[in-house]
Amino acid sequence: MAQTILHKAETRGHANHGWLNSYHSFSFSSYYNPERMGFGALRVLNDDTVDAGMGFGKHPHDNMEIISIPLEGDLEHKDSMNNVAVIKNGDIQAMSAGTGIYHSEYNKDREQRVKFLQIWVYPDKKNVEPRYDQITLNLEDRHNKLQQILSPNADDEGVWIHQNAWFHLGKFDKGISTEYAIKGKGNGVYVFVLSGDVKVNDQLLNTRDGYGIWDTDKFTITADTDAEFLLMEVPMEI
Amino acid sequence: MKTQILAIGRHAEILQTVVRLVNNSPEWNATGAGTDDEAILAFSTQTYKLVLLGGGIEKESEDRLCAAFRALNPDIIIIQHYGGGSGLLAAEIYEALG
Repeated sequence: MAQTILHKAETRGHANHGWLNSYHSFSFSSYYNPERMGFGALRVLNDDTVDAGMGFGKHPHDNMEIISIPLEGDLEHKDSMNNVAVIKNGDIQAMSAGTGIYHSEYNKDREQRVKFLQIWVYPDKKNVEPRYDQITLNLEDRHNKLQQILSPNADDEGVWIHQNAWFHLGKFDKGISTEYAIKGKGNGVYVFVLSGDVKVNDQLLNTRDGYGIWDTDKFTITADTDAEFLLMEVPMEI
Repeated sequence: MKTQILAIGRHAEILQTVVRLVNNSPEWNATGAGTDDEAILAFSTQTYKLVLLGGGIEKESEDRLCAAFRALNPDIIIIQHYGGGSGLLAAEIYEALG
């Protein structure tokens, strides 16, 4: 019997710092909810909006797999490995913080805000060599089908991380349905709706709702309206 | 009375950040240690409630440190800090301290 958990969008933590408006699906920074400490190896799902010309100054990370998915606008990334890059809608960025890195993220545009998802996954091994990766995805590859954007394998589609995790994006027209088969034994999937309404099996989800499902081999996801969504498959045991 | 926290990590700048962020809370006081010897010395001169193990600590060191700390204080709470002085720190400490 599948286990599930529903996190309605309005139950997320919220922090408005003026330049940064952030919704936290799980405990983060000043938002602490012992019932929201993550979903398996998925520890952070922040839904961030950064004002024009603003951003996160230089700050450190270690021992975390950090994935950024821009939804709107451009974000400039600089890090202590001398990477300088701009990520934009359609890109995905993955960073293994490992033994330690510094980075900054700025919205260099003077007029347009940036919206992006910041996702942290616990690594399956500590103290790895820090690494950075960024790719541009083909948006058509998610229209009415699931597009793999992340995996544990360097030679597979999308970026890769140090964890037995797979992420997929879908942009489905109303009525389109597909089955998702869980790839890793002991894994679960956290569904996050980017826009529109979807059903996971019989559970209706609206924009920005999150829904975890585990102890099952597969589930069906159906677009109740035109909809975009992110599936994050992660180990349930860290 | 502040809760005393010992933060250990190999990356000096990240360790400084962790100590600074912990000390932002009026309830907590952090001491940083970059090496095993510094950590064991600090632990022997102060009563700590919690130890945060940061990045870069090898398995052998972790085992050695945990054994040394538990020999001095069997009730010591030892946790891994993930993320490097980041948004997880407060939640990790709250969870550990109950």
